[in-house]
Amino acid sequence: MSWLKSKKFLAFLGVTLLCLLLAACAAGGDRDELYIYNWGEYLADGTRGTFDSLEGFQEYYKDLTGRDVKIYYTTYPSNEDMYAKISSGTSAYDVIFPSDYMVERMIREGLLGKIRLEEVCEEYGTECYYDYIEDEFRGLYYDPTDEYSVPYTYGRVGIITNANKVDEEDKTGWDMLWNEKYAGQILQFNNSRDGFATAQYLLGYNVNSTDPAEWEACLEKLLEQKPLVQSYVMDEIYNKMESGEAAIGAYYAGDYFTMLEVNEDLEFFYPEKTNLFVDCMCVPADSENPEIAALFINYMLTRDPAVASAEFIYYASPNSIVYTDEEYIEEMGEDVMEVLYPEDFNFKEELDENGFRDLDPETLQMIADLWEELKISGGMPTHIYVEAAALAVLIAAVCLYFLIRRLRRSRYWE
Amino acid sequence: MKNRRTGNLAAAPHVVWSILFIIAPLLFVLYYTLTDPEGGFTLENISRLFTGNYVLIFLNSLCLALIATVICLALAYPLAYLIASMKQRRQKIVILLIMLPLWMNFLITTYSWMTLLEDTGVINTLLAKIGLDPVHMINTPGAVICGMVFCFFPYMVLPIYSVMAGIDPKLVEAAKDLGCSDAQVMTRVIMPLSLSGVISGITMVFVPSVSTFYISQKLGGGSFQLIGDTIESYFTGTAINFHFGAALSLVLMVLILLSMAVMNRFTDEETAMERRPML
Amino acid sequence: MKKVFSKVYLGLIFLFLYAPLIVMVLISFNSGDSTTQIEGFSLKWYREIFRDHGTLQAFRNTLVLSVLAAVLATVIGTLAAVGIHKMRSKRLRSAVMTVTNIPMMNPDIVTGISLMLLFVFAARMLNLETTLSFYTLLIAHITFCLPYVILNVLPKLRQMDKNLPEAAQDLGCTPLQSFFKVELPFIMPSVWTAMIMAFTLSFDDFVISNFTSGSSYETLTIHIYSMIKKSVKPNIYSLSTIVFFAVLVLLIVYNFTDSADDRRERAIERANLRRERRLRKERGELVEE
Repeated sequence: MSWLKSKKFLAFLGVTLLCLLLAACAAGGDRDELYIYNWGEYLADGTRGTFDSLEGFQEYYKDLTGRDVKIYYTTYPSNEDMYAKISSGTSAYDVIFPSDYMVERMIREGLLGKIRLEEVCEEYGTECYYDYIEDEFRGLYYDPTDEYSVPYTYGRVGIITNANKVDEEDKTGWDMLWNEKYAGQILQFNNSRDGFATAQYLLGYNVNSTDPAEWEACLEKLLEQKPLVQSYVMDEIYNKMESGEAAIGAYYAGDYFTMLEVNEDLEFFYPEKTNLFVDCMCVPADSENPEIAALFINYMLTRDPAVASAEFIYYASPNSIVYTDEEYIEEMGEDVMEVLYPEDFNFKEELDENGFRDLDPETLQMIADLWEELKISGGMPTHIYVEAAALAVLIAAVCLYFLIRRLRRSRYWE
Repeated sequence: MKNRRTGNLAAAPHVVWSILFIIAPLLFVLYYTLTDPEGGFTLENISRLFTGNYVLIFLNSLCLALIATVICLALAYPLAYLIASMKQRRQKIVILLIMLPLWMNFLITTYSWMTLLEDTGVINTLLAKIGLDPVHMINTPGAVICGMVFCFFPYMVLPIYSVMAGIDPKLVEAAKDLGCSDAQVMTRVIMPLSLSGVISGITMVFVPSVSTFYISQKLGGGSFQLIGDTIESYFTGTAINFHFGAALSLVLMVLILLSMAVMNRFTDEETAMERRPML
Repeated sequence: MKKVFSKVYLGLIFLFLYAPLIVMVLISFNSGDSTTQIEGFSLKWYREIFRDHGTLQAFRNTLVLSVLAAVLATVIGTLAAVGIHKMRSKRLRSAVMTVTNIPMMNPDIVTGISLMLLFVFAARMLNLETTLSFYTLLIAHITFCLPYVILNVLPKLRQMDKNLPEAAQDLGCTPLQSFFKVELPFIMPSVWTAMIMAFTLSFDDFVISNFTSGSSYETLTIHIYSMIKKSVKPNIYSLSTIVFFAVLVLLIVYNFTDSADDRRERAIERANLRRERRLRKERGELVEE
């Protein structure tokens, strides 16, 4: 009986070692590999009936080279998380998707490598799709020579309102986030750069200012806003706008349409000055498979994956194959196309004027400190401190009781 | 002699492991705390802790964690007693049912709590249906405490239950024979004997509560910063600074180890060090 | 009265613990895309989850990682518990125990960060391209599971009669044989619970994994946390619901197999009792009852 039990245990051990071995084999091997590090839910991968871009690339690669490629696909929640992993030098990736200002920083710090898209495509005898990227998205400030990045999506921040709760005449611009009429119904970004930007656009400052006085003035403004704010949100905005919990919130244009699918009462507009972003595809400098990475980037510019991903993400695409595609236009609908691809809009100029740039470490530290001050100000209701203090006293009393009892007892035994 | 050597041999892998992956990493935290990005020695990271709002952030985290721990204890102690007095077979099922929520992803359960507690959420909708006034719950410290209690409650029940289940029923009988009332049996026999379980329960709830960051962001509406958020932001935020982040971690660790050491002082040391099984 | 009170109390606790799970189950059957507004009943998110390679892969990764971490931590931890139990020097023992307690006393975030700093350093020293991988993740998980295993097994060893292994060795067992034939079977129940505990901890961990995972291995919690920019979809809820019911079924099965064990044990007990009575009768002693 007991003998059996220990044998079971040994069997378990055996299985474990086998698993380890299998894991090791999966990691090694002779196959070509591609390590992709992307935002969560940021590429059509076959979910919800979409086209599977990863499988598609494997076929494309097989056609080109006759070899199989194993794709390792992992995800990150923010530029900063990604930057932390890459800059610590502990993991090597082949394709990453940083935003504009992060591309600038990573190029400056030598973390990105040149993609050599055309050369690689020529080498492998496949058509280079970079030509379909619109002129407006070439030579942007973060990568003037276009050697390090290929734009993937772009978009603008706008204000989302709930028609049932917000009057039409109040939809004025950033100042509606400070409108006392909607106290407790306003959502603010839970992210220092985006949060400060709302105040900067309102006060007419440059979002890339290095003048501490301007940042402090913005903090004042945000402190003034804090009592009106229901909560500081990132992804929670979906839930809170969809359920009607909140009335006003700022987020990216494409995401508004995701919310609209659930709650028809939501409306959207762009304030006069607002933040813009371009998310790019890049290859880190320490990539071990830069050529496969370049092929992947090229593949992502071809019709099927590009259209599928643009539909999946709901952000605008700088790829002319996508926004001229009839199927795509039909799928998106007129309203969406109007918001995502407005006419008379010069992206390059706007990005230069209102987009986030990478700032020096001192300024970033100052922003972080000021943001912390905003978060901590007002603190928690006093009754929490009182209750905690009372409990602390109670616990101290109990401990004291046990101590005295122990002392008494030891004296008794002596 | 022979026995002793095999003993040391059996513990050897663990000792090597501990030196490599427990002690060495902590030395790195210390190293980062005492250096600046250029690698020079500095105490600035430590002195900076006392500037700005860090003291207040620490205080906030400690307060919330303390309240959450006490609530867990107050709820778990009678529960553990109830379970321990059930039939053997029932005990196992109930304990496993209490553990079951731990197997659900805590990110998802926290999201579900958001859905429950919101002004337009499940609870308030139900209240409105039976004609009661709505209660504002989300984005308050209370909601954060609720989330903490939910996430760490089973870790309080398990150790207390296992100690109580191990109490010899003859002891209770003997106490009763000697004239103890039910209340006296509770305070004189069961409580002192279950103390070690309480201590390990407190450790297992208080420690993760102090350093939690996801729960406070989702259920607190991001309107108050806790120490977990702050530390995390120095490693993956806008202003990355491993050195100051390490200093914050070090202080948090020292604070917790100190409070645990103080608590262990007041109880039987041997039991506090090497507690009873969790289950 | 007391019974009613205890039932109500138990009911309230379970309501508290299962309320979010009920919400989760309901949302998993939502026909809309939202995780708050339920539009109608459908099974579409259950179909969806099986098409979502990314999430499924992350789930498989988590399972493999947790099982391996739990088993390895249990092996190392059980050995360590036996070793610590046999240590004669009190000072050495308390030193080892103090170090063992550290990952349990330490906040997750500190453990995760300290391990990450170690791996960063290792990468610089050894000039490696990649250090964070499946193995660093495994190391981290084993590290924080170890104290729970040791603290589970050690007290059980204490309860054992010290003479038993000695008797076994007197009868000709080598120390290793006596470990497998005497000590291990005795501590086996707490070894199993230690393993379940370690598995639970590892399965649900986010903070430590986030700091120690690399480019080739993603766990479910990291995968879900990364959806922060583009919102979580109900298919994650349906995956959690499947896990929930799977575990529930396992518990029920476990409960039944366990009761078979119980029955056998009771039968043996009864047989022993009968034999004892018979012996006493034969010896002519008075049998009470």
